[in-house]
Amino acid sequence: MPAGRQGPAGVLRHDRSRVRLRARLFCKRRPAPPRGDHFASKDTDAMARPTRSRLTPTDIVMWTIGAILIALILWGSIATLARGAYSLDHWVDFTIFGLAQGSIYALIAMGYTMVYGVLRMINFAHSEVFMSGPYTAYYVSAYFHRSGLLETQPVLSMAMVFLVSMATSTLIAYLLELIAYRPLRTAPRLVPLITAIGASFFLQYVFRGLYGSGFQAYPVIKALEGPMHLGPVRVLKFQLVVIFAAALLMLALYQFTQRTRLGRALRSVSEDKEAAALMGVDVDRMISMTFMIGGAAAGAAGVLYAIMFKQVHFFMGFIPGLKAFTAAVLGGIGNIPGAMLGGIFLGLVESIGPSLFLDGLGITAPYQLKDAIAFTMLVLVLIFRPTGILGERLAVKKA
Amino acid sequence: MTRRFALVVALVVLAGFTVAGLAQAAPPKDPIGVVTIKKGQPIHIAYWMVVAGPDASLGTDTKRGVEIAIQDQGGKLLGHPIKLSGQDEGCNAEGGQAAATKIASDPTVVAAIGSNCSSAARPGAPILWKAGIPTVSPSNTAPYLTDPKRGPEYDGYLRTAHNDKVQGAVAAQFAIKKLGVKTAATIHDGSVYAEQLQAVFAEEFKKLGGTITSQEAVAPTDTDMRPVLTKIATQKPQFIYYPIFIAAAGHITRQVKEVAGLEQTYLMSADGSFSPDFYKAAGEAAVGMFHSSPDFSAFAAGYKGFLDKHQKKYGEKPIAPFHAHGYDAALMVFKAIEKVAVKEGETLYIPRKALRDALYATKGLKGLTGTLTCDPYGDCADPRIAVYQQTAENIKKLVNPESPFWKPY
Repeated sequence: MPAGRQGPAGVLRHDRSRVRLRARLFCKRRPAPPRGDHFASKDTDAMARPTRSRLTPTDIVMWTIGAILIALILWGSIATLARGAYSLDHWVDFTIFGLAQGSIYALIAMGYTMVYGVLRMINFAHSEVFMSGPYTAYYVSAYFHRSGLLETQPVLSMAMVFLVSMATSTLIAYLLELIAYRPLRTAPRLVPLITAIGASFFLQYVFRGLYGSGFQAYPVIKALEGPMHLGPVRVLKFQLVVIFAAALLMLALYQFTQRTRLGRALRSVSEDKEAAALMGVDVDRMISMTFMIGGAAAGAAGVLYAIMFKQVHFFMGFIPGLKAFTAAVLGGIGNIPGAMLGGIFLGLVESIGPSLFLDGLGITAPYQLKDAIAFTMLVLVLIFRPTGILGERLAVKKA
Repeated sequence: MTRRFALVVALVVLAGFTVAGLAQAAPPKDPIGVVTIKKGQPIHIAYWMVVAGPDASLGTDTKRGVEIAIQDQGGKLLGHPIKLSGQDEGCNAEGGQAAATKIASDPTVVAAIGSNCSSAARPGAPILWKAGIPTVSPSNTAPYLTDPKRGPEYDGYLRTAHNDKVQGAVAAQFAIKKLGVKTAATIHDGSVYAEQLQAVFAEEFKKLGGTITSQEAVAPTDTDMRPVLTKIATQKPQFIYYPIFIAAAGHITRQVKEVAGLEQTYLMSADGSFSPDFYKAAGEAAVGMFHSSPDFSAFAAGYKGFLDKHQKKYGEKPIAPFHAHGYDAALMVFKAIEKVAVKEGETLYIPRKALRDALYATKGLKGLTGTLTCDPYGDCADPRIAVYQQTAENIKKLVNPESPFWKPY
């Protein structure tokens, strides 16, 4: 149940958990009853009834909005396709651009979603964790460029750049958790949120102080420039690299959380911190670990971003961070495969959407509305699936 | 009792002195207000320019122009030192509003120089004028700001930069007459500057017999331009005009060659990205592209001396095109203050409305950019716009090209 529907009721929530506790006490042998079971007392009844059986005016309005949006999208798409301004090649191009952009969003989104899964907080400083890596690694790449190593040993030097970027982001994420969030772990929810925003500004301006207010441009890597042909499809080499590297990293991360002991400990902390602690899991260490893994993913995403767009500056994290957060919500926050899916979905919508939906409606300069489309999609998904595409994966206790 | 008497006497004496003092000073009357500058106090001029962030080179460049103008005055005007304070306008509407509000709240500010970006001037200039502070912009070029229909809230606004009605037309003439292209697409970033500039370009281009295939827009913070460029490529224009700022223009320049169908397209941007920072952002992809910008070779004779001072003071060549306009803006302000300031003993009075009128009355002022004469709407420039082409040489050295590629005059 989305938090918004719980109303102003810290009290109610309290009641409910007591109700559930009662339910659990009384029905030990039976599986836990669904939320809104018949044990609910009269005053919490309306709130706790299953969503399907009630139809509030809000729902009707939301569904109408959703239906109108879908109708508009369909109409626009059909009109665009009927006009035939774009050939199949163009659509393939749009898709590849979207995939490349989306995989970067997905990698950043990983950090948001994992931290939310464990701490139930939005780490708004994650966009600065993302910025710190590639901005620092720029100096390494510029050095390699000057010394000519980037030309002769592109793989080795890029591996170094990746390493530096990931190490920096990991370190920043670790310190961020240690200094800004750990002392506030028991504080009310809004406190770490404000701290996160403060930490975000702090980091931005620290890096502005360190590296200057202007921007830097990554050197061009000759081996990654230019198009290549995969059968009939023309792709740019670096896009291929970005998509594959991101896919590989995400797969590794997913396997790590699912298959390893450490991953299991991590998941247990996200499920229930107290129980995990009782089972001998070092909760503090696991939380640090979560931040560091998210940081490493963001650092890698940062270098991929720099390969694609070349420019780095102290404010570069803000927009990708916002988009990645959107991607995490879109996919279902707290859910790792959801974040991947959300990121790629968002990248595709941004790339294809303006041409597909808006061109047919006769809207001029549709790419100015790229962000509007992306967020409309978010609204649309949340109307029909309030918990995101794959759903929030939270322990019931904390939802 | 005696105590109260003493108090009354003291008050009367004090009042008497005050009246006497006022009578002696007799400050000039002004419908808006008078700035009083006592002995030894500075004449306070504020700049609002973009001095941080990705477009900082534009603001730093004009700020240096103003600083050299102050240095040429010997740091003093009418026996008072000149104080220059500043705000960052961020090259956007919110930044312009914040910077203007901050300057307007300081009653010692006599005049302002700025903004750099037209988007910042639009909300900012009225705020300053409401506080009686006239502002001279060294680099706003959007036609709207000096349009006869702009409204009385812009009465305190003037500029030494050219109006984009000139720059957009030069770009269109260049495309048709020199390059001989027939089709063009434009991209703007939603800023007042870019939107109006590309509109002027498109109008002139059509008037000269060309076809505009599409007029696209991006956000200034966008990084992935490939989709919008792919959309443009479906109509195969021969020429793309994107008069936007450094960061976004850099992304477009780099990505345009990666899009199928645009490999041979001519690229042209404008003075907003005519800067070494842009060559850093765009890299070698910028080789061969064109920029319209003020023609430095047509500047007044004093420009050479200015460049020497610039090199000496900052250890580099100017980093954007508007340093000379900054110098001229400061010069205009100094001349106008000299004209209207009233000196009573050691105290200087500067009437605000009279200062604004004196600025608008600027006529035949010999500046670095040419001879400045203000029209009734605040356009004071002597515009000479030329087209420059980027070569591998100057991109590598991160400097602006030396001489124009093409001149319309």
